[in-house]
Amino acid sequence: MDSQRLDNTALVKRLVLITLAMFGFGFMLVPLYDVFCDVTGLNGKTSDTAAQAPTSLIDESREVTVEFWSRTQGAMPWEFQPTLKKIKVHPGKVTKVFFRASNRSNDDMVGQAIPSVSPGLAANYFHKIECFCFNQQPVKAGETVDMPLIFYVDPALPAKFTTLTLSYTMFDISNQIAATSLTNGESS
Amino acid sequence: MSKVIEQDHHEHHDHHHPSGGIKRWLYTTNHKDIGTLYLWFAFIMFLIGGCMALVIRAELFQPGLQIVDPDFFNQMTTVHGLIMVFGAVMPAFTGLANWMVPMMIGAPDMALPRMNNWSFWILPFAFFILLMSLFMEGGGPNFGWTFYAPLSTTYSNDSTALFVFSVHIMGMSSIMGAINVIVTIFNLRAPGMTLMKMPLFVWTWLITAFLLIAVMPVLAGAVTMVLTDKYFGTSFFNAAGGGDPVMFQHIFWFFGHPEVYIMILPAFGIVSTIVPTFSRKRLFGYSSMVYATASIALLSFVVWAHHMFTTGMPLFGELFFMYCTMLISVPTGVKVFNWVATMWRGAMTFEIPMMFSIAFIILFTIGGFSGLMLAITPADFQYHDTYFVVAHFHYVLVTGAIFSIIAAVYYWLPKWTGNMYDEGLAKLHFWCSLISVNVLFFPMHFVGLAGMPRRIPDYAIQFADFNALISVGAFAFGFSQLIFLYLLIKCIRENHQVPAKVWEGADGLEWEVPSPAPYHTFEKPPLIR
Ligand code: HEM
Ligand SMILES: [Cu+2]
Repeated sequence: MDSQRLDNTALVKRLVLITLAMFGFGFMLVPLYDVFCDVTGLNGKTSDTAAQAPTSLIDESREVTVEFWSRTQGAMPWEFQPTLKKIKVHPGKVTKVFFRASNRSNDDMVGQAIPSVSPGLAANYFHKIECFCFNQQPVKAGETVDMPLIFYVDPALPAKFTTLTLSYTMFDISNQIAATSLTNGESS
Repeated sequence: MSKVIEQDHHEHHDHHHPSGGIKRWLYTTNHKDIGTLYLWFAFIMFLIGGCMALVIRAELFQPGLQIVDPDFFNQMTTVHGLIMVFGAVMPAFTGLANWMVPMMIGAPDMALPRMNNWSFWILPFAFFILLMSLFMEGGGPNFGWTFYAPLSTTYSNDSTALFVFSVHIMGMSSIMGAINVIVTIFNLRAPGMTLMKMPLFVWTWLITAFLLIAVMPVLAGAVTMVLTDKYFGTSFFNAAGGGDPVMFQHIFWFFGHPEVYIMILPAFGIVSTIVPTFSRKRLFGYSSMVYATASIALLSFVVWAHHMFTTGMPLFGELFFMYCTMLISVPTGVKVFNWVATMWRGAMTFEIPMMFSIAFIILFTIGGFSGLMLAITPADFQYHDTYFVVAHFHYVLVTGAIFSIIAAVYYWLPKWTGNMYDEGLAKLHFWCSLISVNVLFFPMHFVGLAGMPRRIPDYAIQFADFNALISVGAFAFGFSQLIFLYLLIKCIRENHQVPAKVWEGADGLEWEVPSPAPYHTFEKPPLIR
């Protein structure tokens, strides 16, 4: 009997271990997904930290059109627009543009803008030196703010990309301000 | 090994016969009792989930909204799916494993009998919670059995907490059941029962059990993330907090696709057992069947995104998942040809288990073909989220998984009860089911191709005729199952003694014990030739 029981317990232990490991793996998929998107540049995710100023020279030989696009998520009572619809830039040239947000409600609110670049594979070549999306944006009731974005397009951008579209979705996070991932300022 | 079992035998002497009443069932650690409990539980869930399907079909009988309001309709589609997957098909297979695996490998019981009792008895609680959530204020879960975020996070009501809790319990139950099956198969095989001598039902269940412990924890993780996103301010799937709702789909389908194979591999085992019996031939290719099962299981981990072709994946991803999905149909084809080759020039007879198995082979193959159509990425852009998908997965699940379960019940019922079932009623059940199930699901292909979306309580007028027909099929199929219920009760009650070897072409250890199978079998391990 003993040898049998031992056998069983050892096997059960191993199987429980696999179960726990797979439970952990389920959660591991979250960072893995981000790393995967980062490495491949899929998903149009831009880096969520400020980039250094460009070190390479400005590529005067070509121009890239950068289009700006914005929307609010759900029924958020904000007006949120780029002040400029599109701009032609030389790769490597640092450019500053503004996005304007007006809180049309009677309450002070906090927004969080989430950027996305299309085509997705060009996202890794779009560098933001400063962006309002790095921080939460509190806007008082009825107020309007201009929010800056300072960016440049990497000169290494493959020539097949001539137009990049940068879109922002503004989320209402007034209710979840306590959310951990936001308060420690880690996220985009 | 044999010494071990000798001792077991000794211990069992004082409680040879089950104690009476409800306590017998509550405290039982006997694999046959637990198998019976699982099977009855699955059947009850099948009827409850079936009633929900009938609510859906009653609403869809005519265009327009007439019987239920859209939110309740959505709750019905959601809970119907959850109950059929986790409450009917999976417990039914676990019940069959409990009954048959020990007998097929010459073991006295499951290896972990107390855990076995637990893994069954937590199930009724899980489904009680899920069903009760329907009566909460604001109603039950309404986001589909796939509970996509943000439907299940931002836009769900508070029944979500109960949903998550019940899925956790279901998951624990399946994992415990799977661990039990693996330990039983590894440790309790009779001497001489090598792995490659095991019956195919045992093989397919072994592989299924590994799939279960690999992916059920991922499902548990996914529901946990939904819970914390909804109640504890995390942002796994919330873009505003840096998360990504598309990631939910990746995590869900990483569980979800292997899950659909969890629901079909044991069916392959059942059909591979029944077809040789009534063809009076050996299975055409035993080892090819084992390898095909294993490769289906492995491939099932790399095809999940075929459920997500329309989420905006890059071309490379679309192609990768398209080709991998098509690759799975190769081992699946190996199986179908294997069954056909087994029947080829066999001395075939058409008892009811065989009829259901043949229906399985044909209709499952239809489901496989529609799956292949869906696997073609550009085509899926049109078919996705239409009734074509509904037709596909009901062909593989109802005429696949459920037909195989019914076949298995007819095949082993005489062994379990000691009585032959009523052949006439069984034939009636078979033909009613076969015809109505096709009236029910085949037209769904057409309305799907014509663009009728799934999970919608109303539809455009041009789909009206087909939908009326589908609803008629649905009610006919539902009522046909009452014949089955009556037949089962009749078979248990009446006395039509059968010999130990019920089917003269059958092969396997379960036919060497008397019918009905005594409460304890193989306390002395059998001799394997
Ligand atoms: C030849 C094998 C198969 C192929 C190629 C295949 C392919 C597919 C594809 C591409 C989809 C996604 C359709 C869409 O949402 O647009 C799908 C959905 C589905 N398949 Fe299959 N499939 C196969 C076998 C099976 C089997 C054996 C089962 C279960 C026993 C199954 C169950 C399902 C289910 C439940 C869904 C729908 C999930 C949902 O969205 O609710 N499939 N299948
Ligand atoms: Cu799939």
